[in-house]
Amino acid sequence: MKLTLKIWRQANAKAEGKIVEYPLDGIEEDMSFLEMLDVLNEGLIEKGDLPVSFDHDCREGICGSCSLYINGEAHGPDRRVPTCQLHMRMFKDGDTIFIEPFRAKAFPVIKDLVVDRSAFDRIQHAGGFVSVNTSGKPTDANAILIPKHDADRAFDAATCIGCGACVASCKNSSAMLFVSAKVSQYALLPQGKVEAADRVMNMVAQMDAEGFGNCTNTGACEVECPKGISLENIARMNREYLSASLKG
Amino acid sequence: MAKSSLLKSSIAKKVAMALSGLFLILFLAQHFFINSTSVFSPDTFNEISHFMGNNPLVQFVIQPVLIIGVIFHFIMGIVLDFQNKSARPIKYVKNNGAASSSWASRNMIITGLVVLAFMFLHFYDFWVPEMVYKYVDVKPLDETRYFGELQHKFVDPIRTAIYCVSFVLLSLHLWHGFNSSFQSVGFNNKYSRSLHKLGYAFAIVVPVGFIFIALFHHFNH
Repeated sequence: MKLTLKIWRQANAKAEGKIVEYPLDGIEEDMSFLEMLDVLNEGLIEKGDLPVSFDHDCREGICGSCSLYINGEAHGPDRRVPTCQLHMRMFKDGDTIFIEPFRAKAFPVIKDLVVDRSAFDRIQHAGGFVSVNTSGKPTDANAILIPKHDADRAFDAATCIGCGACVASCKNSSAMLFVSAKVSQYALLPQGKVEAADRVMNMVAQMDAEGFGNCTNTGACEVECPKGISLENIARMNREYLSASLKG
Repeated sequence: MAKSSLLKSSIAKKVAMALSGLFLILFLAQHFFINSTSVFSPDTFNEISHFMGNNPLVQFVIQPVLIIGVIFHFIMGIVLDFQNKSARPIKYVKNNGAASSSWASRNMIITGLVVLAFMFLHFYDFWVPEMVYKYVDVKPLDETRYFGELQHKFVDPIRTAIYCVSFVLLSLHLWHGFNSSFQSVGFNNKYSRSLHKLGYAFAIVVPVGFIFIALFHHFNH
């Protein structure tokens, strides 16, 4: 495949960035998108240029490290996959591909396509946990009966990998899908209910403090989420928040 | 968390937008019901309009609440849009918003501002003359004047066209707003699919009905 890449290059957080065009040849459709960028970077290094910086780690769709806004969509044109699971067969020979970092005031660019997503960590620290020490005996957890339906929905929410695609694809840069997934995974389980009110209040307060926008229910986050986190979680978080607020 | 910070939170603002929107939807439904009587029975339309225009509860309680609701919804919408835009100071060079969301959901501010501009015209057409009639000129009560005043407004083809275009934009606003309001207040369950259908039906039937009423009076005056 022969491609034209238009990639956001930015030397550091304070530098002004711009789109730089790179022609690229010899790409196979079975390559992953990140492997395609590896090929580009090998070529750049051979020429003595700086390689394009981008986030990646497990390359198995689990860690949530990879990001990239590809041709106007978070994680590119495929559905239910992060960028590391996106393959070049989704593109055609001769295509021009725009590659940009996830954009949000709360996700400042560090370099090229790498953004600082530590705002998510701070939200998680504000309440995304259960303050109970477990003994490690599996019988303890199994002693608390949980309806299958609740367990499944909690698990679905817990599959959020915190990649930030929801923020990147939301026209308002809202982080509600991420926060609602983290609130839901605990709120649905008996172990999480004890601190449910404090958790939702503190996590939402931190989310707002980080400078994310307000959710207007466009649903773009759900469509672009590589793990298919449902908008149902946002409705649940709204209920949890209102209920916690009214209780004072 | 203190109650004061509740009012500043993104979820509280979203719920406030939703509740004011649902209130305006209720108002729109009753407005549509009253206007539709003008097509079938001028006398009924006159009777209801006279009641709405002279009942103290409607005039001094419901009408002020409605006006406050409209002002709140629009100011809040504009403030939120400003905040949301500032949450992404550097825009994407290439953005394919249509891949994941509807035009109506992404452009509520545009459809909302058109509806706001339309409401200024609508108030100028009907509410201001009504206030002048009753409280400035203090003319005698006339239960039969409303239907004639309504028809008179739709003689002008340009005004009729502006009304019709505004109703199309209202339809787009409702297309997203109706269902979005329920999601915002936390309503997302097994009944949501049916509710969505109701929302889409409302977003089509009511504005199209208003267009029909405007055209009916334009061609039948």
